[in-house]
Amino acid sequence: MLDQIRDLYQEVVFDHNRNPRNFRVMEDATRKIEGFNPLCGDKITLYVKVNGGVIEDVSFQGSGCAISTASASLMTEIVKGQTEDEAQHLFDLFHRITTGKNDEAVNLEDIGKLAVLAGVRAYPARVKCATLAWHSLQAALKNEADTVSTE
Amino acid sequence: MNKVSVSQTAMTQNPAHSAPNANNPKTGSSAAGYSIARIRENFPILRQTVQGKPLVYLDNAATTQKPRAVIDCIRRVYENDYSNVHRGVHTLSQRSTDLFEAARETVQKFLNARHSHEIVFVRGATEAINLVAQSFGRSVLKEGDEILITAMEHHSNIVPWQMLCEQTGARLKVAPIDLKGELLLDEFEKLLSPRTRLVSVVHMSNALGTINPVKAIIELAHGRDIPVLLDGAQAAPHRVVDVQDLDCDFYALSGHKLYGPTGIGVLYGKEKRLEAMPPYQGGGDMIRRVTFDKTEYNALPFKFEAGTPNIVDAIALGTAIDYLQAIGMDAIADHENRLLQYATERALEIPQLALVGTAERKGAILSFTLERIHPHDIGTILDHLGIAIRAGHHCAMPVMDFFGVPATARASFGLYNTFEEIDILVDGIRKVIEVFG
Repeated sequence: MLDQIRDLYQEVVFDHNRNPRNFRVMEDATRKIEGFNPLCGDKITLYVKVNGGVIEDVSFQGSGCAISTASASLMTEIVKGQTEDEAQHLFDLFHRITTGKNDEAVNLEDIGKLAVLAGVRAYPARVKCATLAWHSLQAALKNEADTVSTE
Repeated sequence: MNKVSVSQTAMTQNPAHSAPNANNPKTGSSAAGYSIARIRENFPILRQTVQGKPLVYLDNAATTQKPRAVIDCIRRVYENDYSNVHRGVHTLSQRSTDLFEAARETVQKFLNARHSHEIVFVRGATEAINLVAQSFGRSVLKEGDEILITAMEHHSNIVPWQMLCEQTGARLKVAPIDLKGELLLDEFEKLLSPRTRLVSVVHMSNALGTINPVKAIIELAHGRDIPVLLDGAQAAPHRVVDVQDLDCDFYALSGHKLYGPTGIGVLYGKEKRLEAMPPYQGGGDMIRRVTFDKTEYNALPFKFEAGTPNIVDAIALGTAIDYLQAIGMDAIADHENRLLQYATERALEIPQLALVGTAERKGAILSFTLERIHPHDIGTILDHLGIAIRAGHHCAMPVMDFFGVPATARASFGLYNTFEEIDILVDGIRKVIEVFG
């Protein structure tokens, strides 16, 4: 039983949950956005500094479950230094894998480190935990609203 | 036709569960005569495995499972008796009407209401509260008037009043609670003002388990001629509710939390209150005579039941109540109190666990948090062990804010839960802690 659960809760997830990276307020952010999952009350504040189409810095604050915290932490690590288009493309792949849509067409290697979160596809109720940070980033990059909800 | 029993030998003693073991606090047991094995046989859904483990269903505050009597009732009525009510002259219509009105009388006796026409069928407790807000509230409240609730309400007893305040200019007042999750009755009394037009409080909190001192609340309010609505969605399945003894003006409950179907609930209202209120919705069944100039409304309770009602689910709710009463509400309350006491003792053996809601008078709800582990993660891992609990804000976000937690894990017990299931839960919580290291 607990072997199966390790598919969802891999060591990397625990590590990022215990010690989230880029878990800080960013004073000079160009965009700040509140992400919210009304189903469970998870909250994230995402800070992004974009310069010339490149994500120079990204950080977050908030409270959530291990999946949402680890996902946010991993995301900040990975997209820092990427262009907006690269980050958007990565989210598209990640979203397809986690929601199980078209996932055969996506190679897990294409999403790099994010593959540790692929196990979430077996837990439909938890997909939103894994994608909250990404929805927030997308809204920040598109300069949409100041708050984003998974619903 | 509607007679049910907890199977033939329900109330006979089951040797496996007959000896209260007062000397060993680590072993809970049912009262002699509470035949838990027999009761569990009445619930087909409980026989399955989830994730390869026997299902341990501890999400009864969200909704309860249905006894075979209820499932069979729905099938039987649709197969034999079903038609529309209150209008046909044909046999099936008469049968359906008789069954539907018999269910109303069953609810009346269950709540000890004075009249069956004080029982209004609605979709659930939420609709019952909205009915009072929109009918009573909109006809009575003026700008500057006040509605008093408590800080432990479910969203369903907050939002309808906020909507009403927007419509009327009235103000919503909130009586505070303490860190045990108990209402501060002194503060509540201070908030009763000359402008208070209604008090609406939860009988038993879904997030904390707190049972409110509703008789004291009602006496304080009635001393100032203020009517009181009780949200009984959680309380009604777990204890005897006597609306005449309580003297509440309104009582709201949901069928699906009462081992009955979804989509059916009850608003009890005192006759004089309901008589004075305008209809909630317009349509068929709620009228006596319609012309294009004027419509004369039907008598109680039909004035509040516009359109074809949820006939079969109302009948099945009556069957659920018959089932509960065959066991006995006092016996159910006693069993659940023992479960709660045992679960509380066992939970407190876990040093990383903190209870949220420790009122002196509590229903069988164990809300808790674990150090550094989010309730969602607790819920997912427990599910892998076949244990169904709720993780989240329990539609009571202000309660979560008050306790400074984003969410809690909640195990809530029902009449079919066992002490062994509590042991499985406690072992499961230990495994969660182990997995998270």
